[in-house]
Amino acid sequence: MTHSDTDQTRAPARRNFVQQLDLDLRLLGMIGAFAILCIGFDLLTGGRFLTPRNIFNLTIQTVSVAIMATGMVFVIVTRNIDLSVGALLATCSAVMAMTQTQWLPNIFGLELGNPLIPWITIAFGLFVGALIGSFHGWLVGYLTIPAFIVTLGGLLVWRNVGWYLTSGKTIGPLDPTFMKFGGINGTLGETGSWILGLIAVAAALYALYSARRNKQKHGFTVKPLWAEGVLAGLTAAVILGFVATLNAYEIPTRKLKRMFEARGEVMPEGFTQAYGIPISVLVLIFVAIAMTVLARRTRLGRYIFATGGNPDAAELSGINTRWLTVKIFALMGTLCALSAVVASARLANHSNDIGTLDELRVIAAAVIGGTALSGGVGTIYGAILGALIMQSLQSGMAMVGVDAPLQNIVVGAVLVLAVLIDIQYRKRAGAAK
Amino acid sequence: MTSTKRTNGGTPLVEMRDMCIAFGGVHAVDHVSVDLYPGEVVGLLGHNGAGKSTLIKMLSGAYQADSGEILINGEKADIQNPRDARSYNIETIYQTLALADNLDAASNLFLGRELVTPLGFVDEDAMEAESRKIMARLNPNFQKFAEPVSALSGGQRQSVAIARAVYFDARILIMDEPTAALGPHETQMVSELIQQLKAEGIGIFLISHDIHDVLELCDRASVMKNGKLVGTVDVDDVTDDDLLSMIILGKKPGEAAA
Repeated sequence: MTHSDTDQTRAPARRNFVQQLDLDLRLLGMIGAFAILCIGFDLLTGGRFLTPRNIFNLTIQTVSVAIMATGMVFVIVTRNIDLSVGALLATCSAVMAMTQTQWLPNIFGLELGNPLIPWITIAFGLFVGALIGSFHGWLVGYLTIPAFIVTLGGLLVWRNVGWYLTSGKTIGPLDPTFMKFGGINGTLGETGSWILGLIAVAAALYALYSARRNKQKHGFTVKPLWAEGVLAGLTAAVILGFVATLNAYEIPTRKLKRMFEARGEVMPEGFTQAYGIPISVLVLIFVAIAMTVLARRTRLGRYIFATGGNPDAAELSGINTRWLTVKIFALMGTLCALSAVVASARLANHSNDIGTLDELRVIAAAVIGGTALSGGVGTIYGAILGALIMQSLQSGMAMVGVDAPLQNIVVGAVLVLAVLIDIQYRKRAGAAK
Repeated sequence: MTSTKRTNGGTPLVEMRDMCIAFGGVHAVDHVSVDLYPGEVVGLLGHNGAGKSTLIKMLSGAYQADSGEILINGEKADIQNPRDARSYNIETIYQTLALADNLDAASNLFLGRELVTPLGFVDEDAMEAESRKIMARLNPNFQKFAEPVSALSGGQRQSVAIARAVYFDARILIMDEPTAALGPHETQMVSELIQQLKAEGIGIFLISHDIHDVLELCDRASVMKNGKLVGTVDVDDVTDDDLLSMIILGKKPGEAAA
């Protein structure tokens, strides 16, 4: 014991460049894989993959799965699984579609186009999602039915509750304000995006600064100043680069003309306008930040990871693991409802098959993102990056012109391969210690 | 067989009276009574499955007794779960250590009792600073504060489990086989710690298989067999053979002679 301890105190001298930056090696690996994927597809498609237009589309296609994947991280970390997320999304979507087009106008007498409709609809949808999620959590936590079974049943039940509610019909068009959450129908515009980007940079820099100050206050060793500088520069560059890319995607002239005509104006010659950050992406960013704070800085997050690491220890430490399970599934249900808002708004209507197979995409995103099915390990940013990788792979292959069956074969193989690499990486990392 | 502490008067720190618990018809603990005074170490001896751990888990809140009552400082205590036990300043070091392997030392030390900032967020830096302070006292060699505890050695993991029990001003400490997985050096460390805690007036229940440990560290020993209490003796009054015959034959020294 003494021997290994003295080794440990000598170790810092041997730290290399990357370690000094204190970055997550696993994260770097994923970003590297993602970059190779993007560049590869860009070469194969002759430069059509990494265009502002395609990046814009990729981000809005990823949002729905990514939102649910953040919740799936907590579910899997506590050694559970949720197979019902796609079906739950469909039920929430059906409930919201019916609320805004039928129930509110016909039963409560709110006229179509009433400004309250989208907000009441979203609030009710989130409530329904949370309620169904809590019910799952209660079955798993208090009645101790395995989550696999509860949510496998849920997959069948909720897919068809959605069908039943709408009598199998496609419901649309949805409320115009509601549809702004879908992506291309609702964006911040150029100026708004830049303002938001600058606020984000300021917030990130402040977070880095206050973390450093807090560490110094307790007398811990902190990173060298140059490392903080590099990190701050990288963060700012990524945020502003992202904004610049989305701002580079301009609204097609024909569409702009129509927008002006709709307002009864004539478009000035040479007028251009960019889309900027989609509201749905903003929702995802908000969810990501909230979930990360929840995971790292709250007791609830602590208890989730502790329970995943050792359920008995958590119980003996006075953590109510049953109630915790209810909370986690309620959160998952709420996020499914939020995804339902984004997904149905993007399609501009509710259809029966919305969210089909999403449970597999969501689980795959979380797992590719480094969430271990054995519990206790997982990150929110990993899951989002996992969702992005899955979506890039799928749309990249579609652009290249890979046959549909081959696309799914590749995605399936990549999932298994990613987990294999992860297992090998963990073994190495464990051995290094 | 009168302990000096008992003749000095005062109420016992813990009194467990007539405790019973059964699992599916098996009487794991059958009408057992034990007590513990401040600054005293009571050993609990017995075979595997004699009911030592089960008895003590009723005190630490992990199990709920079927019948019997627990008195803390002479007052009836209601212990339904581990949280209740902690509110009576009862801390437990489990045989399995009960650590979340994926979390670091500080997170384990404060699990269920995290330090928070005024805004209600978990204050990681403050918890690490406190952990460094307590570890400096218990195990000055301990340096691995950033790694998950799965990367620690058996002795280091034990230090984390002990630190968790000691940090929160335990008045009653339960140690379930604290030295079972340790080398000689770490066993020595635990012995010294027990002496130190005893001197601070903390009462300790020590569950052990090792008769020599018990003879060395304990003031009294309670022996259990098949869920029943064989008897409680002052260790100064008995030899290791006496204890062995209590464990194996279930007979008190006086009975054996008769």
